[in-house]
Amino acid sequence: MSAPIIKIDGISKSFGTFKVLDGLSMQVMPGEKLALIGPSGSGKTTILRILMTLERIDSGHIQVDGEHLYHMERNGRLLTADERHLAKMRQKIGMVFQLFNLFPHKCVIDNVTLAPMLTKGVPRAAAEKRAMELLDMVGMVDKAKAMPAQLSGGQKQRVAIARALALSPKIMLFDEVTSALDPELVDEVLNVMRKLAAETDMTMLLVTHEMGFAHDFADRVLFFDRGRIVEEGKPDEIFRHPKQERTQGFLKKIIAAGHRV
Amino acid sequence: MEWDWDFVRQILPTLIEGVKITILATLLGSVLAAVVGLGIALARRSPNRALSRTVGFVAEFIRGTPLLVQLYFIFYVLPDFGVLLPPLVAGVIGLGLHYGTYTAEVYRAGIDNVPRGQWEAAKACNLNATQTWTHIIIPQAIPPMIPALANYFIAMFKETPLLSAITVLELMNQAKSVANTYYRYIEPITLVGAFFLAISLFSVVLLRWLEHRYGRIER
Repeated sequence: MSAPIIKIDGISKSFGTFKVLDGLSMQVMPGEKLALIGPSGSGKTTILRILMTLERIDSGHIQVDGEHLYHMERNGRLLTADERHLAKMRQKIGMVFQLFNLFPHKCVIDNVTLAPMLTKGVPRAAAEKRAMELLDMVGMVDKAKAMPAQLSGGQKQRVAIARALALSPKIMLFDEVTSALDPELVDEVLNVMRKLAAETDMTMLLVTHEMGFAHDFADRVLFFDRGRIVEEGKPDEIFRHPKQERTQGFLKKIIAAGHRV
Repeated sequence: MEWDWDFVRQILPTLIEGVKITILATLLGSVLAAVVGLGIALARRSPNRALSRTVGFVAEFIRGTPLLVQLYFIFYVLPDFGVLLPPLVAGVIGLGLHYGTYTAEVYRAGIDNVPRGQWEAAKACNLNATQTWTHIIIPQAIPPMIPALANYFIAMFKETPLLSAITVLELMNQAKSVANTYYRYIEPITLVGAFFLAISLFSVVLLRWLEHRYGRIER
C-alpha cells in the first residue's frame, strides 16, 4: 500500500466570522478518483481552492506528494511557505474552474501552450505539439486557432481541461465544471473526464452536483456539511444506502430538484 | 478691424512651426502620461503599504494642484535645486506627470475590470506575478480603456497653450509673438482656435474609431 498523495490534517478556514472548514482531515491515495458532494457553503469547493493555493488556511497542515504545501522545512523547522515553495508545489496540481476562466485574448492553442512555455521554458514547437495532442484528446483540434469567445461553454471547458493538463499535474481538481453549462453540453465535458480517468492514473478530485456522474466516476464519495465530512464511502454505499440523516436529506433534495442519480 | 488674408499668409509658416511643437508636446506628454499612469496604478496596488501610500499621496497632490503652477515649479523653481531643463522637456514632464495621475485612475478601473477568475487561472497555471501582469492582466485591461485614455490625451492637447508660460514655442506662444510684433491679434488668435478645432475634430473621429475597435472585449 502506497502513501497518500494528499494528506490534510486538521485544517480550519474562516471567511470573516463564517467557519467554512472546521478541523477537517482527509487523505487521498495516488490515482484515486474522489467526488466531493454536499450543500453549497459546506466547504467542498474551499478545499479545492486551498489545494490550488487560491485560499490560505488558518490552521492545520497539508501535505501533497510527500511535501508540505503551506510550510517548508528548513533545518528541521517548519516555516511558512514562501512564493518559491508554493510555485514548486503548484506544479503538482492543476485546476478546472466552473466558469472556465480561459484567457479571452489568446486563441485556444495559445491558452494551452502559455503556461508550459512560461513556467517550464518549453520551446514553442514542443509546446504546440503537446497542445495538439491534448486538444485531440478533448476533441478540440479543429478549434485550435479559434478565440474563446467563438466557443460554446462545453468547448471552453474542454479547452480549459487541456490547458490544465498541459502542465502534467499529478493531481487534477475539478470545481463544479459542468454547473455553468447548458444541459445539452454537460455530457461532452463529462465524457472527456471519463476518458481522462480511463487513460491516465492521475489523482482527481471533483466537486459536483452531477450525482449520476459522481456515482459512475468516483472510487470514493465524501459528503460534506458545515465544514466537516459527515459521511464517506464507495459511491454505492453513499448514493444507495446513506447512513447519516443529513446525507439522506441532501440526496432527497437533490433528486427532487431533478438531478440525475 | 478687418480680416487680412495677406497677413494670414505671412504668419502661417510661423504658426505651423508652433503647431508642430504643440503636437510633439502632446505626443510625448501622452506617452509619458501613459507610462507614469501605469506606474502609479501598479504602485498603488503593491502589497508594500509604504510604497502604495506614498505614491497615492503624491498622485493626489499633483492632481489637486493646477498644471500651470506645476509647470512654473518645474521650469523656474527646480533650477534653484540644480535641475535645469529645456522648456519643451520641462513642459512634457509637467504634462506627463499631471495627466499620469488621471490615466492612473483609468488603469485602475481597467485592471479592476479583469475578472477575478483570470487571476485564479493564472495562478493555477503557475504563472508568477510578473508573468500574470504582462501576459494576462494588462493585455486584457488595456483595450477597453483606450477610449478613456485617448479622451485625456485630447484634453491634454487643449491645455498645451499653458506651455507658453514657460517659454515653449508652441502654437499659442508663436501666435502671441507675431501678434505682439504686428499689433494684430484677430488673425493669429483666430488661427490658433482654428488649428485646435481642426485637430480636435480629427481626434474625436479617431477616438470614435478606437471606441469601436477596442471598446469591448469578447469573453
